[in-house]
Amino acid sequence: MSATSVRRRLPVGDLLATSTVGVRSKRGRSVLTSLGIAIGIAAMVSVVGISASSRADLLDQLDRLGTNLLQVQPSNDVFGDATKLPSSSATMVRRITPVQSAAKTRTVSATVRRSDKISSSVTGGLAVVATEQQLLQTLGARVRTGTFLNDATARYPTVVLGSEAAARLGIDRADGRTSVYIKGYWFTVIGILDPVPLAPDIDRSVLIGYPIAEQLFGIDDAPSTIRVRTDPSQVTQVQAVLAATANPQNPSDVSVTRPSDALAAKAEANDSLTALLLALGGVALVVGGVGIANVMVISVLERRAEIGLRRALGATRHHIRSQFLLEAILLAALGGVAGVIIGTTITFGYAQSRGWRIDIPVTALLGGVLASLVLGALAGLYPATRAARLAPADAIRPV
Amino acid sequence: MSGAVLELVNVVKEYPGAPPLRALGGVNLWIGAGELTAIMGPSGSGKSTLLNIIGTLDRATSGEVRIAGTSVTAMRDRQLSALRSEQIGFVFQQFHLLPGLNATDNVATGLLYRGVPARDRRKRAAEALDRVGLAARQHQRPSQLSGGEQQRVAIARAIVGAPAMVLADEPTGNLDSRNGADVLRVLRDLHSSGSTILVVTHDQAIAGSMPRRVTLRDGRIESDEL
Repeated sequence: MSATSVRRRLPVGDLLATSTVGVRSKRGRSVLTSLGIAIGIAAMVSVVGISASSRADLLDQLDRLGTNLLQVQPSNDVFGDATKLPSSSATMVRRITPVQSAAKTRTVSATVRRSDKISSSVTGGLAVVATEQQLLQTLGARVRTGTFLNDATARYPTVVLGSEAAARLGIDRADGRTSVYIKGYWFTVIGILDPVPLAPDIDRSVLIGYPIAEQLFGIDDAPSTIRVRTDPSQVTQVQAVLAATANPQNPSDVSVTRPSDALAAKAEANDSLTALLLALGGVALVVGGVGIANVMVISVLERRAEIGLRRALGATRHHIRSQFLLEAILLAALGGVAGVIIGTTITFGYAQSRGWRIDIPVTALLGGVLASLVLGALAGLYPATRAARLAPADAIRPV
Repeated sequence: MSGAVLELVNVVKEYPGAPPLRALGGVNLWIGAGELTAIMGPSGSGKSTLLNIIGTLDRATSGEVRIAGTSVTAMRDRQLSALRSEQIGFVFQQFHLLPGLNATDNVATGLLYRGVPARDRRKRAAEALDRVGLAARQHQRPSQLSGGEQQRVAIARAIVGAPAMVLADEPTGNLDSRNGADVLRVLRDLHSSGSTILVVTHDQAIAGSMPRRVTLRDGRIESDEL
């Protein structure tokens, strides 16, 4: 007789069926057990997904806005005193070949109010800025309603509102019938801008023409800022010569910045917070794994008789170990898959509410499931080994 | 010694301790194919220990155990498992059915560790259920069956692999007299169709109805009546 023929493994189907008996017959417990893993994986997937989507959105925005906008401003001189840009600086800058357009702005020391009945001390945080019509093109800004300044309107008391300025003044129409009060004069609102992401200061400004500003408020023509749009392939070259071009006598008194750098920095800056949240998700995951180990240890105690029976029916230690190990892995995988689904849903919902493009790295999804499998295997190792070590005679009879 | 299903030669079992507890003190037993034997004795006489050793769930401290002509003394754990799956059918006092499985699947579990494909397992399980008179209860879960029916499912599981012998440990211990009688009738029917069956019991009436009665006392065979 072939009494000693040795079979080491069950076919995969049988092994799966055997290992799911425990999961299926105690559904409530199984769901609760895998919940810890589900929460951990969901947290990690949504953190990765949301930060990736946010970064993708910022990069999209950068793409749209371009990284070829430069900003020239006077800085402080070596004594710490404020300097001025020469009045010819804007003209000089426009002569640099790769410069596509440039526009100067000049802050006027005046307040803008809805009417003369409002005290002049109420500025609303809004600036009055004189500018040229090239500003629109240079910034790539869009007029939400009305028109921008042109050669004609720049000579008259007309004003274009930045988006934030319009909101703070409570103005949403530019039909020529609304006026604002600037330092003793009424200016007709002829346009309102959309938000300009690369120039948030413009959002909080009301823009008037240079000629009318000189005429009414007597400003000199030293620009407070020159914005420069360059050929995208020559940004660094232009950046290198801008200071010397704008102020040949004192190039060091000029500061040249690239506003898109702030956005680019923001796209990178999320990382530390993301790492922290990921670590929290990792903690939840480990706690979930410990939960599985716990429940499996209890399950092994409860199912001593089943273990004894299976040994009596011919199961080897290896069979018992595989059964309980796989059961732990299945519980964890259940949690892992649920976590990936929940995390994806959270990311989807959040990105949708922010109007972002959804971008979840596939590695995060696969990694989530894989992490749960590994965790399940680790959690199941000890209980499964205990189950396999039970002496059949002890297991089969209640002590 | 052809026809020997089970041979015990001077089997001793001691449990460690100071002094060691001697549960079996040199048992010799020879069971032939097709026998129906009752192993009786008061509690503490070593019945359970003897059954564990015969079922290879436990090892003897010394002595020789041969099952279907093969010595198990030197076998490794894995080989013992294989031997159990092929040569020994167990029936327990507490039935030990898996609550999550229906009757057929419970019986089919008896073939799981022998590498029988799932389809064959089900087919043979259905046949075994038919032999114990439960053909109509194939799809019921244990909780939907009476105690007697559950024990008959357990017997079907024990015989589904056509083992060399069936070991029944107090098979009627958890049953009322009517269900107990049903279970005994099934065992006798199996015996008349050729199965080798050992029934451990402390019940004199049940033992008295068996063709052969082995009585244990203090770890030794006191009498062996045919």
